[in-house]
Amino acid sequence: MPSFEKSFSLKVPSATGNLALIRDFVSGIGAQAGFDDKEAARLALAVDEACANVIEHAYQLEETHEVTVRVVVDQDEIRFEVIDTGRGFDPSQTQPLEVEELIRQRKSGGLGLRLIRTIMDDVQYRIVPGEKNELRMVKRLRKKD
Amino acid sequence: MATNFKIENKTEGEVRILELEGYLDAHTAPQFESAIQEEAEAGNLRLVVDCARLSYISSAGLGVFMSFIEELREAGGDIKLAAITPKVYQVFEVLGFPALFDILATVPEAVAKFAEGPREG
Repeated sequence: MPSFEKSFSLKVPSATGNLALIRDFVSGIGAQAGFDDKEAARLALAVDEACANVIEHAYQLEETHEVTVRVVVDQDEIRFEVIDTGRGFDPSQTQPLEVEELIRQRKSGGLGLRLIRTIMDDVQYRIVPGEKNELRMVKRLRKKD
Repeated sequence: MATNFKIENKTEGEVRILELEGYLDAHTAPQFESAIQEEAEAGNLRLVVDCARLSYISSAGLGVFMSFIEELREAGGDIKLAAITPKVYQVFEVLGFPALFDILATVPEAVAKFAEGPREG
């Protein structure tokens, strides 16, 4: 059990116009947790990608739903949970294509997930049928050698 | 809050230059997509995207480059990128863009690159 834990939560309508708000929220907490500007910006990018996926795929660009971003910080890690109630889509079931192959197929999907996996240390997806979908991403505060 | 995004166009010889400013994400990518579409429809196939004032890019913005590049190259054109800041460049790099796109330090270098003929590979 962590000796201390701080949690933050932001719930916004499912519109891409709110991605900037989400990024500011995440980078602010990242900075407070001890990440430098560059790292905090990378965390904001990963969460932006996760939320953009929810808006586009789970909610099919309908702006009448909600996206929740929950952030929990303890002394070891920062954990992000992006929660939606839309159509569940488990990204781990998809095979990420190389960018070159995507270009050949004139597709651009799957890039966001690749960025998320590059930036975060651990990425997990959980579907609670009829209730919610949750993408959980963890970044450790200090990497031990 | 960081939401602004602007595109300015100009012409240099046979090359169209699109100057991006601000934040290119899933919200603003459709604006960028329309701008490239308009250029392609007008027959402007040689494009340089000036990223000097681009503060942020997410995969939605990168997807715009990817969705047009084959079409433009097949028609004898290309999209070359210039003056990307280190913060934005790292996103291009993670996804392997430097191997697939010509990325130059300055706009004049990107414009001059068109004189070298079609990209190899």
